[in-house]
Amino acid sequence: MSGHHHDHDHHDNHFTPIEARVKALETLLVAKGYVDPAALDAIVETYENKIGPRNGARVVAKAWTDPAFAERLKADGTAAMGELGYGGRGGEHLVAVFNTPEQHNLVVCTLCSCYPWPVLGLPPVWYKSPAYRSKAVIDPRGTLADFGVELPEAQSIRVWDSTAETRFLVVPMRPAGTEGWSEEQLAAIVTRDCMIGTGLPSADDIPVAA
Amino acid sequence: MNSAHDLGGQMDFGPVQPEPDEPVFHGEWEKRVLAINVAAGAMGAWTIDEIRHARESLPPAQYLSASYYEIWLAALDKVLARHGFVSGEELERGEALIPRKEPKRVLKGEEVPAVLRRGFPYERGAQGPARFAVGDRVRTVVMHPQHHTRLPRYARGKSGTVERIVGHHVFPDTGAHGAPEQAQWLYTVVFPGPELWGRDADPASSVSIEAWESYLEPA
Repeated sequence: MSGHHHDHDHHDNHFTPIEARVKALETLLVAKGYVDPAALDAIVETYENKIGPRNGARVVAKAWTDPAFAERLKADGTAAMGELGYGGRGGEHLVAVFNTPEQHNLVVCTLCSCYPWPVLGLPPVWYKSPAYRSKAVIDPRGTLADFGVELPEAQSIRVWDSTAETRFLVVPMRPAGTEGWSEEQLAAIVTRDCMIGTGLPSADDIPVAA
Repeated sequence: MNSAHDLGGQMDFGPVQPEPDEPVFHGEWEKRVLAINVAAGAMGAWTIDEIRHARESLPPAQYLSASYYEIWLAALDKVLARHGFVSGEELERGEALIPRKEPKRVLKGEEVPAVLRRGFPYERGAQGPARFAVGDRVRTVVMHPQHHTRLPRYARGKSGTVERIVGHHVFPDTGAHGAPEQAQWLYTVVFPGPELWGRDADPASSVSIEAWESYLEPA
């Protein structure tokens, strides 16, 4: 940045303390040759634009339409999601858990923020919040109520606390009214929250293509 | 360690507040913290559990009031300094003052896709058979170690059932503290809600944890 620019100082003063700290750290690590700026940009680009809940939605839609894939997904999540090209950092060991009329699944990490990065991307703020991490295990039904989700009383709730490097993806039940939909149409109604267990898919979420 | 990070079952944090149409990042600096965390981790100087421990051993008031990327940043400062890559003064001034320490590797931009796709698998070859079988009744140990552990407080001294043998995985409790890597059998153990939370618990709920073998005893 050119020092003679008239609003140079003014501009710098716009850094909040945390922005200034991060900038100082990055500058230092690059200067000392510990991180490659191109690697930083590639990592940001990956998690901002390439890896996100659309990956997981594709897994779910395929499981809904391809019973053989659903079986493989149940037996070995890492291998089955790997077939679609998903896996690796933050999801080296993937497990798909299937909702049934008898049991709903809810995923949490009470100790930190473990989340299946390759299929859901980075976790939302609420997933990492003390409110969610404290409540999901002791009051799963109340937690779902915070999301406006109410389950039939007879449906039990299984909470998966991600205490190891195993990462869980919830496969919701395919909703009524989606008969005959293509995999692509189905994937469009599978939200991130459905795959954490704090949401339910609905055929009303998108208009059926004419 | 029994610190603020061990949140399961604590109360009064208020309702969960999902943000409609939440963006992936809430500011440029969050992107950089994420990327620095991944790239600096790839230097291979610390394990995932060492940096987890650096996060969870922040002062409790700081841990609970900071955003998650702020927690990550504070932990990065700690481990980078601990391993001699940077000094506190360097961090403060943002300029190099002490000699460079050669890291095991530096992640290059062109390597990023392959490295992320491969990840860092945690399964290791086993020396012997698993002690427990699917369906076995087990009880988690009662312990309150000063060091890092992945056995949450709410699940200590509780009876459950082995549902799945996950594999033979790197053991976090020692790996967080610079010990040579060890691995143990890892199990999915499921507990009925009332076993964990008593008579007021939803009887139709259950909770599972992933438990390393040394967390478990036969019930």
